[in-house]
Amino acid sequence: MAKKKTEPTRRDFMTIAAGSFAAVGGAAALWPFIDQMNPDASALSLATIEVDLSPIPVGQSITVSWRGKPIFIRHRTPEEIEAAKAVKIDELPDPEARNDNISATAEATDLNRVSTGKGDTAKHENWMILIGICTHLGCIPKGQRIGDAKGEFDGWFCPCHGSHYDTAGRIRKGPAPRNLEVPVYEFISENKIKIG
Amino acid sequence: MKIFASPFRRSALAVAGAILGALTLTATPLLAAGDTPAIPSQKWSFSGPFGLYDRGQLQRGYKVYKEVCAACHGLRLLHYRNLGESGGPEFNEAQVKTLAAEVEVQDGPNEDGDMFDRPGKPSDAFVSPFPNKEAARAANNGAYPPDLSLMAKARVGGPDYIYALMTGYKPEPDSMDMQEGMSYNEYFPGHQIAMAAPLSADSVEYTDGTPPTVDNYARDVSAFLMWAAEPKLEERHRLGFRFMIYLVILAGLLYMAKRRVWSRLKH
Amino acid sequence: MAHVSTYKPNSAIEKWMDDRLPVMRMMHDQFNDFPTPRNLNYLWTFGGILTFCLAVQMATGIVLAMHYVPQETMAFDSVEHIMRDVNFGWLLRYIHFNGASLFFLAVYIHIARGMYYGSYKAPREVLWIIGVLIFLAMMATAFMGYSLVWGQMSFWAVTVITNLFSSLDSIIPGLGTTVVEWIWGGFSVGGPTLTRLFSLHYLLPFVIAGLVILHIWALHVPGSNNPTGIDIKSKSDAISFNPYYTVKDGFAMSMFVILFAAFVFYAPNFMGHPDNYIEADPLVTPPHIVPEWYFLPYYAILRAIPSKLLGVVAMFGSIGLLLFLPWLDTSKVRSARYRPIFKWFLLLFFVNAVALGYLGAKPPEGAFLIWGRICTAYYFVFLLVIMPVVGWIEKPAAMPGSITDDVLGKKPVPAK
Repeated sequence: MAKKKTEPTRRDFMTIAAGSFAAVGGAAALWPFIDQMNPDASALSLATIEVDLSPIPVGQSITVSWRGKPIFIRHRTPEEIEAAKAVKIDELPDPEARNDNISATAEATDLNRVSTGKGDTAKHENWMILIGICTHLGCIPKGQRIGDAKGEFDGWFCPCHGSHYDTAGRIRKGPAPRNLEVPVYEFISENKIKIG
Repeated sequence: MKIFASPFRRSALAVAGAILGALTLTATPLLAAGDTPAIPSQKWSFSGPFGLYDRGQLQRGYKVYKEVCAACHGLRLLHYRNLGESGGPEFNEAQVKTLAAEVEVQDGPNEDGDMFDRPGKPSDAFVSPFPNKEAARAANNGAYPPDLSLMAKARVGGPDYIYALMTGYKPEPDSMDMQEGMSYNEYFPGHQIAMAAPLSADSVEYTDGTPPTVDNYARDVSAFLMWAAEPKLEERHRLGFRFMIYLVILAGLLYMAKRRVWSRLKH
Repeated sequence: MAHVSTYKPNSAIEKWMDDRLPVMRMMHDQFNDFPTPRNLNYLWTFGGILTFCLAVQMATGIVLAMHYVPQETMAFDSVEHIMRDVNFGWLLRYIHFNGASLFFLAVYIHIARGMYYGSYKAPREVLWIIGVLIFLAMMATAFMGYSLVWGQMSFWAVTVITNLFSSLDSIIPGLGTTVVEWIWGGFSVGGPTLTRLFSLHYLLPFVIAGLVILHIWALHVPGSNNPTGIDIKSKSDAISFNPYYTVKDGFAMSMFVILFAAFVFYAPNFMGHPDNYIEADPLVTPPHIVPEWYFLPYYAILRAIPSKLLGVVAMFGSIGLLLFLPWLDTSKVRSARYRPIFKWFLLLFFVNAVALGYLGAKPPEGAFLIWGRICTAYYFVFLLVIMPVVGWIEKPAAMPGSITDDVLGKKPVPAK
C-alpha cells in the first residue's frame, strides 16, 4: 500500500474546510425533512366556527369541534357562577387565567375566565367557553352530559387520572397542572359566538 | 480526468453521431406529418432561472379568469387564501376576504342537519362552476370544460399553449368541414374546439392602465394559470439560486482538497 | 482483496466494543484503509453516487409517504396537496421525482463502465449478478412509484404493463387473464391495485438496500477492478480508500448534485410528461403513451416484435441475459481498452441502446419500426453471438505489466 505514514498533513486544511462545508450543507438540508411535519398551509388557515347559543338551556352544556378539538360550552346557573366567584385565588393550584382573549398573566378570577377581552364580560358571564382537553395528558373530561360525573367541584372530572375542575374550568384537585384553556372567541350577536 | 482524454470518448462520439444521423434522416418525413403548427414561445416574466411572476399580471389574470373562464372552468385545487400568499398575485388580506366572500360556499350540516350556503372564506377551496362532470357536460352540449388548476403543466408548451389557444381562433379554411357548434382554432389538436372564442376586447375592465386587448387578456390569464399550476415557482427559483451557489463553492473546495490529497502520490 | 486489519482501538471503550461487535474495525478496514487500485478514473465514482441516490430516494420517500394518500379518489389530490400546502412539499416531491431519473442515469453509466472494463468477469461474477438484481428491483420500484401519482400516464402505464402478463393466455388459455386480475385485485386497474403498488413501492427500496450491502460485500472480496483490468500485484498498485477515493468520490458527487439540483430547481418537469398532470381517467387513454425515458429501450424492444408473447419474452430477456454476461464473454482480457475488435462492437452496443431509447419514444410505424427491429436484433446478436465469438478470435493488444506501470506510462508488454 502506498500510504505515506510520514505525511503529517493527512488531514490538511483543504480537506477539513471541504468536509466542514459539506457538513454544514448536510445539516441545513435536514430542515425541509423536519419542517414538512409541521402543520401545513391548509391546517394553519383552518376556518373559524360560529355557534348559536340560543338552544342551550340554563344548566346544560354542548360540545362543538374546532380545529379537531372539543370546545365545551356551558350555560352556567347563577349558583354555579356564585360558587366560582367565591373561590379565593390563593386556593387555586393554578392562579393564572389561561384565557387566550386576555393578558397571559391575568389572575384566574371567574370574570377573567369568561372574559372575551372586549369589555362585554359582565353581560355574558353565564357562558363558559373552554377547550375540553385535560391539561394533564390530553383526555376529554366528563361533565358535559346530564348524568355525567362532574367531580367534587361540580364542574368537570377527568376519568383518566382523576382531575377535578370547578364551574369555571379551573383545576382544583388531581394531577392536572393548569386550568382548562379558554380559546379565542367573541360574541358576534346576543346569542351567537365565533370561535377562533 | 482520464476518461475524457481516452479514445473511449472519441470513438463513442463518432459512432453515436453516425447512428443518430442515420436515424434523423429517416425519421424526418414522419415528424413533419402532424398539421398542428408549432406553438410559438412567448416571453414570460417567470421563465429562466431567476424568473418571478409579475404581480400586476397575475392580478389581472385572476380578473380575466373570474369574469370569463370561471363561468365554465373550475380551479378546484386552489384556495382563496392562495391569492394572498407570497409568490402569487399577493392580494392583501382584506382583498382576499372580499374576493372569497363574493362566492357562495355550501357548508353544513347545521344543527338541523341541513346543508346551507354562506359567503366564502379564505380557507375555502375555489368553488367549481358545476357540481360534477355530468352536470358540466349537460350544460355544455356534451363537451366537458376541464378544470384549469394544472392546465399550464398538463399541456405541451404550458402557458405558451394557453396563450396560443386563446389567440388562435380563426375563420375555418374552406376545405374544413366543421361540426355544428364547434369553432376553428389553429392550435387545438384537430382544430375543432367546442369552446367558442372566449375573449373579446374591452370585455374585462383593467384598472391599472393596461390596454384591454385580447392579446393582453390571453397573456395575463396564461400567466395566472401558470401560477395556479406552479404556485411555488418563486420559492423554488430563490432557494435554487442559494443552493447552487453553495454547491459551486462546495465543488470548488472538494476539487482543491482532491488535488491536495492526490498530490501526495508520486506519478 | 483480503488484507491484514490495521485497526487499532484508541480507547478502552473502543477496545471493549471491538471484542464484542467489531463494527469500528469493519468500517476502518473496508472504508478507510481498504486497498484500492490507484488508477480508477471518474467512472468509478458512480458507485458512491448511486448509494447517495438510494439514500436520497429513501429519505424523501419516507417523508412523502407521511402526506400521500394511496386511495383511488384522493391519490392525485394528495400529491397536489404535497406540492401546494405541505412545508417544502414541492421540494421533497420534485427531488423524489427527478431523483428517480438521476438514479437511472447514474446506474446506466455504472453498468456501461462495468461492461467496458470487464468488471463482470471472474472473480466478480456474483458481484455483477447482484448488480443486475439491484437493477431489476430499481425498475420495479420506479414503475410502482410512477403509478402512485395516479395521473393519466401513471394509470395507463399500470394498465399496459400489467397487461403484458395477459400474453400468458397464448400458452395456457385463461392463465394470463387470471394472473392479471390477481395483480389488479379486480377487473381493471383501480383502488386495490393502487394500494398494493404503494405497499410494494415502500417495501422494495429496503430490499434494494439489502442487495446493495451484498453488492459491496461481494466487491470487497476481490476488490475493485480498474481501467487496465489487471489485478493488484504489488503495494505500489494500491492506495488506501480514504482519503484518496473518499475525496475523489466526494468531488464527483458534488458535480452530480449540481446536475440534480439544476433539474429540481430549474426544470423539475423536464423529465416528466404533461399528461401526468391530468388525473387518471379509466375511460380515456392519452393519444401518445410513453414510459419514462429510462424504460424506453425496453419499450422499443417490446414493440419491435410482432408477437405479443415473444415481445414480452424479448423485453424481459434483454435484461435477463445480462445475468449470463460473465459466461457469454469468452475473452481472457478484462478491459476493452486492450480488445481492439470487441471495443468497437461494445461501443456500438451502447449507441444501439441509446438509439433504442430514442425509438421507444416514437410511434412504432414506418422507419421507426424498421430501425427498432434492427437495433433489437443487434442488442441480442451482440450478447449472444458477437461477445463469445470475438472473445475466441480476437488477439488482445499489448498490455502494461502492472497498474503502476500503466500509471507511470511504462511501455506495454505485447500479449502472449
